[in-house]
Amino acid sequence: MDPNADPQKSRGLSRRTALKGVGAMLGAAAFARAIAPLTEWTRDISAEEFVQKHYKELSPIDLEIILHRLEKDTKKQYGADVTIKDYKPQQGVKFGYALNLSICNGCRKCAEACHIENNHDRPSHQSYIRVFEMSKGSMNLEKGNAHYDHPVPQPDKFYMPVQCQQCEHPPCVDVCPVEATWKEPDGIVVVDYNWCIGCRYCEAACPYHARRFNWTKPQIPAVEINPNQSYLSNRIRPQGVMEKCHFCLHRTRNGRLPACLEACPTGARVFGNLLDPKSEVRQVLAHKRVFVLKEDLGLKPQFFYFFDV
Amino acid sequence: MNLSTTHTGSAAPAIPHWRNYPRFIGNALLDSVEGTWVFYIWMTFLTAIFLVGANAWAVQVRDGMHLTNMSDHVSWALYIANFTFLVGLAAGGVMMVIPAYLYHDEEMHDIVIVGELLAIAAIIMALMFVVCDLGRPDRFWHLIPGLGRFNFPVSMLTWDVIVLNGYLMINLHICGYLLYMRFLGQRPNPKWYVPFVFLSILWAISIHTVTAFLYCGLGSRPFWNTALLAPRFLTSAFVSGPAFIIIAIQVIRRAIGGTFGDGPIRTLVNIMRVTILINLLMVGSEVFVEFYTGGTHTSAAHYLYFGLHGQNALVPWIWSSVAMTVFAAILLLNPNVFGRPWRMNLACVLAFIGIWIEKGMGMVIPGFVPSVLHEVVEYSPSLLEWKIMAGIWALGLMLYTLAIKIAINVFRRSPLAAMADAKQAHTQPLAS
Repeated sequence: MDPNADPQKSRGLSRRTALKGVGAMLGAAAFARAIAPLTEWTRDISAEEFVQKHYKELSPIDLEIILHRLEKDTKKQYGADVTIKDYKPQQGVKFGYALNLSICNGCRKCAEACHIENNHDRPSHQSYIRVFEMSKGSMNLEKGNAHYDHPVPQPDKFYMPVQCQQCEHPPCVDVCPVEATWKEPDGIVVVDYNWCIGCRYCEAACPYHARRFNWTKPQIPAVEINPNQSYLSNRIRPQGVMEKCHFCLHRTRNGRLPACLEACPTGARVFGNLLDPKSEVRQVLAHKRVFVLKEDLGLKPQFFYFFDV
Repeated sequence: MNLSTTHTGSAAPAIPHWRNYPRFIGNALLDSVEGTWVFYIWMTFLTAIFLVGANAWAVQVRDGMHLTNMSDHVSWALYIANFTFLVGLAAGGVMMVIPAYLYHDEEMHDIVIVGELLAIAAIIMALMFVVCDLGRPDRFWHLIPGLGRFNFPVSMLTWDVIVLNGYLMINLHICGYLLYMRFLGQRPNPKWYVPFVFLSILWAISIHTVTAFLYCGLGSRPFWNTALLAPRFLTSAFVSGPAFIIIAIQVIRRAIGGTFGDGPIRTLVNIMRVTILINLLMVGSEVFVEFYTGGTHTSAAHYLYFGLHGQNALVPWIWSSVAMTVFAAILLLNPNVFGRPWRMNLACVLAFIGIWIEKGMGMVIPGFVPSVLHEVVEYSPSLLEWKIMAGIWALGLMLYTLAIKIAINVFRRSPLAAMADAKQAHTQPLAS
C-alpha cells in the first residue's frame, strides 16, 4: 500500500486514477444527458404547484389563489378562458342515480355528453360511462359488448351503461395511500387531481371500472373546452393522475342535472336527493324492481338499476 | 484470542468514531472504483444499460405513461410485476439468516452477508420499480408520513411503504455495523446486531405478506382474492432467493479464488428442494379450485392457461414458467445434483426465471384480464418498459457487486482476518 515503494507502480496508479477520473466525468455527463427530458418536464411544474397542500388543508385564501393559478395555466397551455370554482356540498343532500334498463336504447348519448362536459381527452374518446350491449336472458357482463357498432336498439338486446357507482363503502378510497380521493358528505367520491401521485391502486380496487388514468396530457382544442369548471370535477386534469365520474358536481351542487341525464333522449336516467322522500329517485327506489351491480361485494352503490316491465 | 484482544485494546479506543467512520466510508468508496479489468468491463456494461433505462424513464415522465402498453384495463404491469418479484427476492435472503442465526450453522454464518446485501439491493430495486410506476413521481413526498397525508392503517400500500423501508434500514444497519466493526478490527457486540437479525427474520416474512395483501385484499379481482396468495408469495420467494444466492456464492468464489461455501450451498439446495415442491403443490391446488369450480370468477385462470375468446397472450408465458419450475424441481430432487454443479446451476436459473414469470405475467396481469366488467384487453410490455426494467436491474446488480466487493475487502484487510486465516488455512471466511 506504500506508493513510494515502487516508482513504476506509482506511475501506473496515477495513470489509472486519471483514467478513472475521465470515466467518472463521462459517466456523469452521460447520466445528465440521459435524464435531460426530466428538466423539460419540470419546467411546466411551478414551485407553488409542487408544494401545494391537500385540498382539505387549504384555507379559503389558498384555494382562491390556486383556482386563479389554474385558470391562468389553462389559458397558457390550452389558450382557453375558463372559470374554475369550488362548489361545496349542500346540507341535507345525498345524491343518488337510477337508470331504467327497460327503456335505455344504447344510443351512448350519455357517454358523449360526459366526454364534452368533462373536458375529456379528445384522441382517446375518453368518457366516464361505458355502455354494454347485453343479451336478453342474461345479466352476465361476460356476454356483454362495449364495442358494438350498429344501429340501436337491437331487438334481442338490452343496454346497460356503467359509470362510477359512488359506493357507500368505496374500496378506491380505502386503498389510496395518500388520501387523494375521498367521499364527500353528499355522497360523491372525488379526487384531488393536484394531490394524486398516480399509483393507480384505486383503479385496481374498483370493481366497476369507474376510474381512469391520464396516460398522457389531455388534448382538447380551445374552442371545445367547457369553460364552466370546478376544482374537484371537470377542470382539465394534469398528466399522470386519476380521474372519475363526480356526478357533475359543478352542475348538481347548483341545482342542475348531470350532463349525461340531460343528454339522454329516452328519459332512462333519474337523478336526485336520496334524503328527500319526495324526490323522483326515492319514488323509483320505493316502487320499481331495483337492483345494484355486484351487490355481493357489499360496497352499497348509490347508483341503481331498475326495470319498468 | 490474544491477538484480537491486543488489537481491540490498543488501537481502537485511541481514534474516535467520528474520525474512523469517514475513513471506513472513504475506503469503501475507493474500493468501489478499484478492481480488475473484468470488474471495469462488468461495471461499464451495467452503467450503459442503466443509462438507457434512466433515459427511458425520463422520457416516460415527460411524455406520459401512454408510452407503456398499460391501459385503464391493465393498469399495473411489468413494473409492478418486477416489484413483486423483487420483494420476494429480498425476503429470500433471509433463508441464509435463519440457518446461520437460528440453527448456528457456522459455515453459513461466515457468508450470511451475501444474503443480507442481496436483501438491500433487491429492496432498492423494488422501490425504484414503484417510483417508475408512479404517474407523478414529483409528488412522492405526499407519501412521507408527517409531510404528506399517509392513509395508515387503512391502505395496504402505506403498510408496504413502512415494511419495505424498515427492512431496508434493518439490513443496512446489520451489514453496516458488522462491516464497520470488522474494519476497526473489533469483535461486533451482539447487543448491537443480534436483536436486529431476529427482527429482520420476522420482517422478511412481513414484507412479502404485506405485498401479497396489496392484491388479495381486493374483492373486485377474484383471481387475486385468495387466502393462498401470501403463502404462495413466501414459498416462491424461498425458491428464488436461495437460487440467486447459490449462483452468487459461486461467482464470488471464482472472483476472489476462495473455496468457501459448499456447506451453505448444500443447505440452500435442500431448502429449495422443499420450497419448490410446496410452491408447485400450491399452484396445483389453485388450478384445481379454478378449473373444477368454473364460472365467471375463474375466467382469469382460463385466460392465463388456455386463453379466452381466442385471446391468449399469457399462455406461452405461464407454460414456460410451469415447465421451468417443474424441470428445476426434477433437477434439484436428483440426489446427484451436488456432484454435477451445472445441473444445480441450471436448476437455479430455471427456477429463478420461472418464479419471475409466475409473479409477473402469471400473477399481476391475469388480475386485470378479463377486466372487472369482463372485457378482455390484452397486454404485452412495450420496448420502453423493457428498457426501464433492464435499467433498474442493471443498477441493482451494480449496487450488489459493489457491496460484495466492499465487504470482501473489509474482511480481507481486517486485523481479525489474519487470525481467522491461521485458524482455517483452507477457507476464506467472509464474516465471523
